[in-house]
Amino acid sequence: MLNGNHSSSFISFLRRTSTYLILLVILVWFALLSPEFLTVGNLLTIALQTSLVALVAIGMTLTIITGGIDLSVGSVAALSGALAAGLATRGGLGTYPGLLIGLLTGLGMGFLNGAMIVWGRIPPFVATLASMAIARGLTLVYTQGRPIAGLDKTFTFWGGQGALGIPVPVWVLIVVAFLAYFLLKHTPLGLHIYAVGGGEETTRLAGVNVGLVKFSVYLISGLCAALSGLILTARLWSAQPNIGVGLELDAIAAAVLGGTSLAGGVGGIPGTLAGAFIIGVLSNGLNLLEMPSYNQQVVKGMVFILAVMLDYFIKQRQAKPKGNPAD
Amino acid sequence: MTEIAIPRLKLEHIYKSFPGVQAVSDVSLNVYGHQILALVGENGAGKSTLMNIVNGVVPLDSGKIYLDGQLVSIPSPRRALELGITMIHQELALIPELTVGQNIFLGREPRRWGIGVDWKRLYAQAQRELDRLGIEVSAQATIADLSIAQRQLVEIAKALSYNARLIALDEPTSSLTSRETDTLFRLVRSLREEGVALIYISHRLEEVFELADRIAVMRDGHLVAVGNASEFTPAEVVRLMVGRELAEFFPKVPAKRGEPVLKAVNLKAGREVRGVSLELHRGEIVGLAGLVGSGRTNVARLLFGADRLEGGEIWFEGRQVHLRSPQDAIRLGIGLVPEDRKAQGLFAGQSVRYNAGAGLIQRLSRWGFIRFQAVNRIVRELVERLRVRTPHLNQKVRNLSGGNQQKVIIARWLGLNPRVLILDEPTRGVDVGAKAEIHALMSELAAQGMAILMISSELPEILGVSDRILVMREGRIVAELSREEATQDRIMQAATGQL
Ligand SMILES: Nc1ncnc2c1ncn2[C@@H]1O[C@H](COP(=O)(O)OP(=O)(O)OP(=O)(O)O)[C@@H](O)[C@H]1O
Ligand SMILES: [Mg+2]
Repeated sequence: MLNGNHSSSFISFLRRTSTYLILLVILVWFALLSPEFLTVGNLLTIALQTSLVALVAIGMTLTIITGGIDLSVGSVAALSGALAAGLATRGGLGTYPGLLIGLLTGLGMGFLNGAMIVWGRIPPFVATLASMAIARGLTLVYTQGRPIAGLDKTFTFWGGQGALGIPVPVWVLIVVAFLAYFLLKHTPLGLHIYAVGGGEETTRLAGVNVGLVKFSVYLISGLCAALSGLILTARLWSAQPNIGVGLELDAIAAAVLGGTSLAGGVGGIPGTLAGAFIIGVLSNGLNLLEMPSYNQQVVKGMVFILAVMLDYFIKQRQAKPKGNPAD
Repeated sequence: MTEIAIPRLKLEHIYKSFPGVQAVSDVSLNVYGHQILALVGENGAGKSTLMNIVNGVVPLDSGKIYLDGQLVSIPSPRRALELGITMIHQELALIPELTVGQNIFLGREPRRWGIGVDWKRLYAQAQRELDRLGIEVSAQATIADLSIAQRQLVEIAKALSYNARLIALDEPTSSLTSRETDTLFRLVRSLREEGVALIYISHRLEEVFELADRIAVMRDGHLVAVGNASEFTPAEVVRLMVGRELAEFFPKVPAKRGEPVLKAVNLKAGREVRGVSLELHRGEIVGLAGLVGSGRTNVARLLFGADRLEGGEIWFEGRQVHLRSPQDAIRLGIGLVPEDRKAQGLFAGQSVRYNAGAGLIQRLSRWGFIRFQAVNRIVRELVERLRVRTPHLNQKVRNLSGGNQQKVIIARWLGLNPRVLILDEPTRGVDVGAKAEIHALMSELAAQGMAILMISSELPEILGVSDRILVMREGRIVAELSREEATQDRIMQAATGQL
């Protein structure tokens, strides 16, 4: 509206769509290079693999928009999976109470993070780094470092095939993504999440309970991590004590690729999903091309840098001096 | 009026200290409905702190607050809003990433089905609020895309939309020009008619005497005088504020105009700058006047290499130069004190020493080592000269009062001693004493051969300081007036195009 000239509206178009364009380019590229890539089966595999990172990335996005971060997600996923599996099998509680406790574990760790950050005034990076260690430690203590197997069908259902031939984890992702999108775009809490990231003091002055907003995002992030952990456990037919190592980095990468600013105040669910799919498609495609996994890491890192640089470049072009624009 | 009997707000023995500073000390004050109370005082006198206490932003150490005769405690901004108290903050308090409407209704969004935000209603209401106040801004615009003056107006709209019983305005006009100021005054007066109690903080005494029914003067955290506006003269108010007789105006030393230093030929950039030519000579102060939005700031930024030139030439000491970045400009000896100190000028989390000395560090380094003693000496000198009120040089700039922050930025550039200094609204929010001090310093520096370009929306400042005045309108320089020819009317006529 203000910068109405041609080039800047094109730039702002790029700005809004760069993540999707990158995803599209990668899709086309793999489709051309590998005949198996563009099959329904393979696309569903990608969706299934991506759903785990994407779920966590959704919660991560919320924390990053408030200007925070949640490094504990990978460990929380492992702890939730382990407790749920353990209580459901050798604890004798049954599957549903086990799953419920798994989810409550996520909320509990989210609460711990929120309490440290809001009440303890510990910077989110430090607080969640601590809870990352705590959750991983608890997982190892509880499992004694060994897998917990023997899950029944109602448990493994959550990692398997669902309605319309679409895997259950993908359905879960769809539901969670929709809820998170609604939360961010259509509820006061969502607006306040952006507001806290844009200016915490200002938000406080407007009468918003900033502590509550922060608590909410860490609770949600914990819940998302737990969901992801339970699903992964269900898929593996057992709880593994060392799942989710490095998951936080993938989730942060997905959010950042999707245009979420680590400085806070900016970001969204569609972008994060696209970011997660960029990561997922890249892994899948490179596997199909039979690239060794060590090399894959290098390629992924480079794509990440390129994407972020592109984003930065576009942003810079778009940033106009905020002097006194003529009325 | 019976309402006068019970004060809307009654403060009793309010105390507040920060580490090293007694910001508010034993203040007792009544504020009534149907009245405008002007609160004045030097930078750091405690005005904002007092208002922040009333608005639940900072907790008080001791004292009592009564609202309409009821003892209240105001532990949070939320509580203040519930009680019908609101405030326009000195530092803009808007979230740049959000839209105008979202900012206005932050924390009290209209709901739909209990959980969702009713965006349609929110924007419609916000737009109605803006239109009612005659503010020409779209409710859907993002704050980051607005100019400072537009943001200030949005902030005012936000505060007024609470329908509060008590509104504190902390230097609301500091970035407005006369037209918007008039709009604001109209609004403030109509609120007074409606019975609202208003507290108006300003360093512009003309405004104070134009608006206020009562005046309260603070000094060093104490309330030193309060009474009906008619009982005071401006000179008295100044004396009460400063606590001593202030040598009224430093006589302006007419400049000895030297050779030209900086020449701009037909500068163009976007719609804001459409062909600007000007020349700055050693030893002179050139005032750049114009309405907000006329492109003054854009010209300043172009001359400082902060924005890209789309056409035209810049000449420095007889050579054409291409300023690709502020670094290039600084290397040549061009300095800019920017308009938006919070976003562009200060390292808020750093000390006064760091902020004031930031520019000196390169100049005063030897073999890559900073000569801290030299930096300290110069910083201390400047801080004393500009009377920056700070307990010590290691105080974080964030903790200074607004006017003192402004002084710190000015100190940085003065310490650098550039050949050309561009000042964009240099005395915004600065108290009378320090303002005179800054003006005197500018004259002195000009006399030593510096070329100064000063942008100001305050006409008395332009008239008082400039040797020559340029007036901008819609991206062009439309008038050049000598010191002798210039009057407020002639400048305004040129600025608004009613020649
Ligand atoms: N958060 C804080 N921490 C430390 N000191 C503070 C803090 N806030 C204010 N002060 C100090 O309290 C004193 C009063 O500041 P205040 O902002 O109330 O002044 P003011 O009268 O509004 O001045 P100005 O006209 O410059 O806005 C100043 O010395 C300031 O440095
Ligand atoms: Mg103040």
